[in-house]
Amino acid sequence: MSVVFERPKSLIDIPTHYCPGCTHGIVHRILCEVLDELNIEGDTIGVCPVGCSVMAYDYFNCDMIEAPHGRAPAVATGVKRTNPDKYVFTYQGDGDLAAIGTAETVHVATRGENIVVIFINNTIYGMTGGQMAPTTIPGQVTQTTPYGRDPELAGYPVKVCEMLATLTGTALAQRVAVDTVPHVREAKKAIKKAFEYQRDKKGLCLIEVLSTCPTNWGLTPVEAIKRLQDEMIPYYPLGVYKDVTESVFAKHEGGND
Amino acid sequence: MKGNEALAEAAIRAGCKCFFGYPITPQTELSAYMAKRMHKAGGVFLQAESEIAAINMVLGAASTGVRAMTSSSSPGLSLKSEGISYIAGSDLPAVIINVQRGGPGLGGIQPSQADYWQATRALGHGDFHLLVFAPASVQEMVDMVIKAFDRADKYRMPAMILADGLLGQMMEPVSFPEVNVNSYDKSSWCADGHKFKREHHIINSLFLKPDELQKSVYDRFERYEVIKQNETDAELYLTEDCDILLCAYGATARVVKSAVNSARNMGIKAGMFRPKTLWPYPVKEINEASKNAKELLSVEMSMGQMIDDIKLAINCSKPVHFFGRTGGVIPTPAEILEEIKKYGGAE
Repeated sequence: MSVVFERPKSLIDIPTHYCPGCTHGIVHRILCEVLDELNIEGDTIGVCPVGCSVMAYDYFNCDMIEAPHGRAPAVATGVKRTNPDKYVFTYQGDGDLAAIGTAETVHVATRGENIVVIFINNTIYGMTGGQMAPTTIPGQVTQTTPYGRDPELAGYPVKVCEMLATLTGTALAQRVAVDTVPHVREAKKAIKKAFEYQRDKKGLCLIEVLSTCPTNWGLTPVEAIKRLQDEMIPYYPLGVYKDVTESVFAKHEGGND
Repeated sequence: MKGNEALAEAAIRAGCKCFFGYPITPQTELSAYMAKRMHKAGGVFLQAESEIAAINMVLGAASTGVRAMTSSSSPGLSLKSEGISYIAGSDLPAVIINVQRGGPGLGGIQPSQADYWQATRALGHGDFHLLVFAPASVQEMVDMVIKAFDRADKYRMPAMILADGLLGQMMEPVSFPEVNVNSYDKSSWCADGHKFKREHHIINSLFLKPDELQKSVYDRFERYEVIKQNETDAELYLTEDCDILLCAYGATARVVKSAVNSARNMGIKAGMFRPKTLWPYPVKEINEASKNAKELLSVEMSMGQMIDDIKLAINCSKPVHFFGRTGGVIPTPAEILEEIKKYGGAE
């Protein structure tokens, strides 16, 4: 009898700390499937953020480093620059990546670092109990926007893919979701492409994954998926925002080295 | 050679494979030197987007077992303190250079020693120490950078060179010793890809269970005890018969030495204790140096910070006076001599 479905080898077989209905599990799984398919787990170093996925280092079977809040792209830069032939990824939430770590996010892209950034956007700070995130949608109720996010008071969300698509060093900026099977497949394809781009030294690849947080949204897992579809996807349209055909440094090849 | 450049060259010779910097006066020549030399030496130079990013790049590189360094001056060190705490908490070796300038706030750009407390007490949150070396010449900057890389690896902890704007900017003859870089085996912990040959390694400083966190801190402090026994270093100058013992480190010690010589010429038995390590503080050495002294005088380019360690080291057994200048003002030999006369010239 042939095996048609099994746990990815890169994903350690232990219970996770994630809440029921949280989509971190799906993203972990497809990321690990990609590591397995490319057979790069042994040459991969992952960098965890501060946030719900702070302990992801316990789940991924590759070497892992835990970064200070928002600094994962800088830590990953230090790893990649000294180990250019290894695969390096960061796994970050919206508070980590788009608020406290905005400078690191922008500059890892301007430098065109050959790193994959997995960006989990669930429009809320999960680990600390549901505060307003930089991606919280106008009107969304959180612990620190109890009357709904009022842009006049709390500003507008950051649209990360749109922002990074404007930077020359970005090779791939794509927004995906994990609400349906076709979307999950799409997300996995995007992550695989990002690692292939890293292998081909094309530049910075960011995959933004629209995710759910039933616990802090105050919804059931099923309602949470519906909110993702009804509120998040219209505000954060899925798609490829930038995709280069050759390396972002192609025009400089043959220059100073 | 200029102090800042000597620091950079020494680092390269000590096997530093990557430097992550950010411009700030008065240490900028260090970055500039690295930008010119590092690539040719087969290493990595990168100008980060901030001090914060620079120290975190050091964290990343050090996690893979590579010798890494960053440098800055006082306000920049405040920004790096988060990363330094994580580096210490993750038991990573790294070398950090502080070419001190006046503070607080943006302060000034002239030499200062007002970051003593920061370096020895509070360079980040949590229970931890850095090895802190205090050079007093360009040659010592070279020697101490080499030593700092070695000890950082040996004890798996960050090490700092606490210099100041005067040392960074001064030019002196310097010779580079033949460096035999000790290679420490990092294969049991570094995160450089397991190649399917070992369990995965995790570099982190998070322990959610209090007793586990306590154990990791206890383990670190056990190592600190070994360091306190083995790594203190100090210069004792004319201390054998001194009535008054001046205590100074770094550039200030050079000025103090001239004042001590002048005092001796006048018949005053003055001596000098110069710590070369600020953490661990040379407790044995200062007690030896002060055994015959009646009074101690700490001279610093600050409002009096090292004086705390002096009092602790001698258990407040003798009067410890203070003379200091701050904000970038360098004390003169003449004014120090006046202080010596005030306390040590009575007999």
